[in-house]
Amino acid sequence: MSDKPTERGAMEHYVNKAPFDPYRVEQLTPEQERYYQASQWRIMYWKFKRHKLALISAYFIGLLYLTIVFCEVLAPYNLHTRNSKFIYAPPQSIHITKDGALTWPYVLGYKSSLNLENLKREYEPNPKKIQPIRFFCRGDGYKFWGLIEGDFHLVCPAEQGNLFLFGTDRLGRDVLSRIIYGARISLTIGLIGVTISFVLGVIIGGIAGYYGGWVDNITQRVIEIIRSFPEIPLFMTLSALLPPTWSPIGVFVGISVILGLLDWPGLARAVRSKILSLREEDFTTAAQLMGASPARIIGRHLLPSFTSHLIASATLAIPAMILGETALSFLGLGLRPPITSWGVLLSEAQNINAVALYPWLMLPCVPVILVVLAFNFFGDGLRDAADPYK
Amino acid sequence: MLRYTVNRILGMIPTLIAISMVVFFIIQLPPGDYLETHIAELQAQGEKVDPDKIEFLRKQYGLDKPLYEQYAIWAFGLLQGDLGYSFEHQLPVNVVIGNRLWLSFVVALTTIIFTYAVSFPIGVYSAVRQYSIGDYTLTFIGFLGLATPNFLLALILLYLANVWFGTSIGGLMDPEFVDQPWSWPKVLSVLEHLWVPVVVIGTSGTAAMIRRLRANLLDELQKQYVVTARAKGLSPIRLLLKYPLRLSLNPFIADIGMVLPQVISGAVLVSVVLDLPTTGAMLLDALKSQDMFLAGSFLMFEATLVVIGVFVSDMALAALDPRIRLGGGATK
Repeated sequence: MSDKPTERGAMEHYVNKAPFDPYRVEQLTPEQERYYQASQWRIMYWKFKRHKLALISAYFIGLLYLTIVFCEVLAPYNLHTRNSKFIYAPPQSIHITKDGALTWPYVLGYKSSLNLENLKREYEPNPKKIQPIRFFCRGDGYKFWGLIEGDFHLVCPAEQGNLFLFGTDRLGRDVLSRIIYGARISLTIGLIGVTISFVLGVIIGGIAGYYGGWVDNITQRVIEIIRSFPEIPLFMTLSALLPPTWSPIGVFVGISVILGLLDWPGLARAVRSKILSLREEDFTTAAQLMGASPARIIGRHLLPSFTSHLIASATLAIPAMILGETALSFLGLGLRPPITSWGVLLSEAQNINAVALYPWLMLPCVPVILVVLAFNFFGDGLRDAADPYK
Repeated sequence: MLRYTVNRILGMIPTLIAISMVVFFIIQLPPGDYLETHIAELQAQGEKVDPDKIEFLRKQYGLDKPLYEQYAIWAFGLLQGDLGYSFEHQLPVNVVIGNRLWLSFVVALTTIIFTYAVSFPIGVYSAVRQYSIGDYTLTFIGFLGLATPNFLLALILLYLANVWFGTSIGGLMDPEFVDQPWSWPKVLSVLEHLWVPVVVIGTSGTAAMIRRLRANLLDELQKQYVVTARAKGLSPIRLLLKYPLRLSLNPFIADIGMVLPQVISGAVLVSVVLDLPTTGAMLLDALKSQDMFLAGSFLMFEATLVVIGVFVSDMALAALDPRIRLGGGATK
């Protein structure tokens, strides 16, 4: 509309002669149309994609979880292969050039000697022993998932050679292979724990929020008491109580249950506060009047309103579980060999001597830090995307 | 304020009682009592156990009585400062623990002070200079601090100290002071060593606090009253200190309830790695030998520390925010 004053001083009155078409103005660009018609989850996905770091973290985590399926194939050695000739061997580095020209990647073999002063075995790379790395090859035997026997590996050492990219431990076991196998335990324990705490948190928080009153009061008190215990000492105490007669698998399950049982209060609180406000909404009253049971109202009508938030909080709880397991195993209270997790591997690097003499034993802390970081970014991204209409 | 304080203190009592029940339940969890295990162990080694002594111990600690009576005895003992009997060390727990509790307390307190002292200025800086290079760097370091478990950080520091200085940074005092009575040089030596565990334990809490304060302050800075105040010509510093900072301080203080359990957890782990004479290493030993009274009293002590810490933060919050002490804010 034009509001320029004319020379006569009055506003010129403009009328469009064209017939009025109410739908013309509402015409949406295809992009807008796509947005308005997309489902909530689709919009969340678009929003999540904008968070580059979270996206990268998501791919990284996905990749890691993929590797734990195939860790037998990916690891150059078997989890338990001992190389008694190479105890505490330092990491070998991969070379791709020889005399200035590109060649097939190779590592240099060790020249080992016994230092008679401190009885420490010393290793040096031996430039004469060139050991080309083999790919898609046959190596150490294994039982894939404990079921199928096989000996196919993605990477293997040269025949009669070795490939210790991350060095070896006190029994001459390849640290890299053990880290790859450790991922299987360390990463699943978080998932199991989170599942337990998720189920407990949703049920307990849901009931507390929906019924309110004394149910809510008691739940709040219980949560308060659980939360006044510092986490690690309580973890330690409970896992020390697992009977020593249990099998390593039993201990694994026990530890995941402990981690899950102690983690639900946070989630329960979130669920409770959401349900407290949602149960006052009209659609809840409608469902109640139509005679829906509380379980149906909570599960069908209330929870879906904030599932995305719950998933985000659950994702953010996983790193705490992984760290908890690592800490427990590191202290020798968690998982026991032959079950191998990153914490179990790190427990070898517990004293200052090991750290000073064989620093590569600390390498398992790299995947721990990376995974925890990735989960944090991923969870942050999810949380930002969880409410896409903001 | 007095009313609020009294209410708050009375409210702590049932919590502490419930905590003590949980702890006692945990103590009782292992099948049999320590004496039975102990006797079996000694007999397996072909040693003789004096039945009179066992009987005496059993009587004295009420192990022959029903559970609720045992709990009552233990709980009243706690009230009088008697923490029970350490079977592993054959001494009362009080004697075994000695001044470890104090050192734990000192480490926890210093760490909290460190956390606040470091995270406050950094958090404010990151919020005020959002998206500056400094903010990005600090955020990145903060994320790393959050993701690195503090016992790993302790390990890495141990390694670096060994590589760079060739010394061990473990311990809480120079070795020559370990068994000596407290003196001025000993205190100084403790102070000299204290910073390593404090930094190591405090990192993750500090990182979390920085992010929290930054987020709170950013929320406040976008509000209209800030724009109004700016338009009126209030100087930036004065504006910041007078309004947004105060409002964003509340969650910052309230977060002590979240940070304190973290600090105590971290202290337990770090003390094992750094070999500190605090409760952590001893708790670990007690757990490994299933010396449950010793372990239980540590757990009780640590939970009590958290409860008191939350109480202190509530008091600080009440002093800071009249809505809380006057019973407002509870409407929602």
